[in-house]
Amino acid sequence: MTKFHIFRFDPKADAAPRFQDYEVPEAKGMTVLDGLIHILEELDPSLAYRSSCRAAICGSCAMHISGRYRLACQTQIGDVARQDQVVIRPLSHLPVLRDLVVDMGRFFENWRRIRPHLVAEGPAPERERLQTPKERARLDSLVDCIMCGACYGACPSARDNAAYLGPHALLKALRFIEDSRDGADEERLALAASDDGAFGCHSVFNCQIVCPKELDPAAAISRIKRRALGSRLKPKLARHAKA
Amino acid sequence: MISHRVIIVGGGLAGLRAALELRMRGVDVAVVSKVHPIRSHSCMAQGGINAALGNHPDGADDTPEKHAYDTVKGADFLADQDAVETLTGAGVEAVIEMEHWGCPFTRFDDGRIAQRPFGGAGFPRTCYGADKTGLYMLQTLYEQCVKWDITFYEEFLVLSLIVREGRCFGVVAYEVATGEIHGMSARAVVFATGGAGRLYSRTSNSLISTGFGTTMAYLAGAALKDMEFFQFHPTTLLGINLTITEGLRGEGAYILNDEGERFMARYVSESVMERAPRDITARAIQTEIDEGRGIGGGEFVYLDARHLGADWLNERYPGVVEACREFRKIDPAKEPIPVQPGAHYTMGGIDVNADCETGIEGFYAAGECACVSVHGANRLGGNSLLEAIVFGRRAGLSVARYLEGRDGAADGGRGSPAALEDGVGGIEERLERMSAGSGEENPAGLRKEMNRIMDNHVGIFRTEERLKLAVGGLREIEQRYARLRPIYGGKAFNYDLIWAFELSGTITLAGIVAAGALARAESRGSHCRKDHPGRDDLGWLNHTIAHPGADPGEDGPKLSYRPVTVTKWQPEERTY
Repeated sequence: MTKFHIFRFDPKADAAPRFQDYEVPEAKGMTVLDGLIHILEELDPSLAYRSSCRAAICGSCAMHISGRYRLACQTQIGDVARQDQVVIRPLSHLPVLRDLVVDMGRFFENWRRIRPHLVAEGPAPERERLQTPKERARLDSLVDCIMCGACYGACPSARDNAAYLGPHALLKALRFIEDSRDGADEERLALAASDDGAFGCHSVFNCQIVCPKELDPAAAISRIKRRALGSRLKPKLARHAKA
Repeated sequence: MISHRVIIVGGGLAGLRAALELRMRGVDVAVVSKVHPIRSHSCMAQGGINAALGNHPDGADDTPEKHAYDTVKGADFLADQDAVETLTGAGVEAVIEMEHWGCPFTRFDDGRIAQRPFGGAGFPRTCYGADKTGLYMLQTLYEQCVKWDITFYEEFLVLSLIVREGRCFGVVAYEVATGEIHGMSARAVVFATGGAGRLYSRTSNSLISTGFGTTMAYLAGAALKDMEFFQFHPTTLLGINLTITEGLRGEGAYILNDEGERFMARYVSESVMERAPRDITARAIQTEIDEGRGIGGGEFVYLDARHLGADWLNERYPGVVEACREFRKIDPAKEPIPVQPGAHYTMGGIDVNADCETGIEGFYAAGECACVSVHGANRLGGNSLLEAIVFGRRAGLSVARYLEGRDGAADGGRGSPAALEDGVGGIEERLERMSAGSGEENPAGLRKEMNRIMDNHVGIFRTEERLKLAVGGLREIEQRYARLRPIYGGKAFNYDLIWAFELSGTITLAGIVAAGALARAESRGSHCRKDHPGRDDLGWLNHTIAHPGADPGEDGPKLSYRPVTVTKWQPEERTY
């Protein structure tokens, strides 16, 4: 048996959050999500958490599990239980709607601000826009973000500044900036490199540590900073050279 | 009362593509989804999307017609051939459109979209983005929907489709965050509610793939087609039953039994081997397991990709490598992958024509919840993503045509408020009854029993005797469902209520699958009757059509049959 020590809160009914304990029978390879399903189905029908694919690709079940933001479906109980206990809390920096369910509104709103779609250059050709494997390789990992919010929950800049775009949105911004087919780099750089963008990042690297897909938003953010500085400095350097 | 010109139910590929088509034509459209759209099951598709681009040197002279033939043969000739040509004829345009919208497909050296070999295909025809093609396509479509500012009702579970006198008036939806019931009126409704893998316990499908949408349409009067055809993916990862993409065996991985034998040689020709279609491969694997040649006598075999090398695997199949590491703690470059067949794709569905029309005025369906039929008795890998976007678009076009001349406020109401108010009242009453229930049945217990029946009796191999057991057992479960324990009465994020409600639809659907399988006295594609081993084109070159019986609570479905449309390709023996 493993004890699940779970954050419970109904903001409409409860004065304050509390933790509740459940005893979950553990089988080899059982995931934290399996444990939550067991609780909902057999022990407490009032427990609220999100889930969908249960295979670490839909991004529904990011939460704080035994000291770190993780996907419940990707985390085996045996790997995170300490003294036969797993402690589970919702994602931070987003309002709790119920137990482990948070309001992802701001998270997606921030993503919308980076103009998250391809802005292609020129009229569409009859066939595909050509992109070499080398150009496509620049998008590797950048296109693999599943928008689970683990990085956002772990990010102190997101905690301190609600307007901060967040590691997820900045990673996505770079995804389009790096895309050889996209023609809106300057516009995106201007936004992504603002104080609420890349320069709002304090380089704590939590996002890099927690990403369940092993992506590196911190590296993406430094890249945006470099690109932005480069494009700001270039005209000045050119003037220098002329002078 | 919420009101839109068109309501799309489901935020996966088919739903989003339908919504985009309408929005780009200036139609007021809203997407209603029980999860945030990017959490939809489409994101789990891995290996790719078929289109006769002819980019691969081995398939330079590929054509939509060749793609159609492979699809028809793969379908064991149960697909409607005109519909298949509609699908394959739109393939190139559909994939190019996704590329223009930014989908990050993998490329060949010359910059064109890469293509890989898949089961049952004459040429390498499957376009892909690593092994995350569904995820990339879903995100790309969602990005376009945001660009076009499409209205979303996220985490709204549709509970009822409102049809009166053969016309659709809208839906009744449950707002997950508040527990509120909403009447949602619309001139046209498109269902893109996905498949029903959760009929089975061993399934590659998301937890949300309950088939509830399909049953909702059925109970509102829409016919279901070919429900007995359920695809079992041959290689799902032992334990979690996540698919290990067909691309991997298409590109050279071996399937091995306990004796280390590449046993596919005994089931198909040596030139095809692991590249056989899914139904044949799944049966071969299940036969090895049943005859005691699973690994260690267990219920799995090995998919061996070690000889393909770590670098190659990491580059082309990063998702497979990750899944093996995360869920089995193995490295596929060093150890073989333990796999077994798992329920994967619902070939049957809401009976529609190639314009996604259901026969109910104003009600359309597209994607996995629908059955056109383009997959017949066995879908080819790489054709489901194509179907989703091609028929999603066609649903949008079809609705747009329907709306022409029906503009303006004059007949805007169509008397829908009364029908919707009745619908809302009916749902409210049912939810109250559920929370006031006095029975003792736990919904999860019923679901597990239903899964066991489906796994054991309505699986890869079927017999009359077992199917009769299934039909009887499922009917009993349906009756026991009426005696549920009290369901939790909370308002916000009440997943006890949601899962229990959807379960009713899943149980009904299981009964329809079993009834269709019992009636079909032949073996065709995924439907394999051990007591009727041959395909019977004289008796059974027909689609199964299911309607509710006279008393839906007591009787099983009423089955009738409709001939398959054969245009170019007479049924022939299906050998690989």
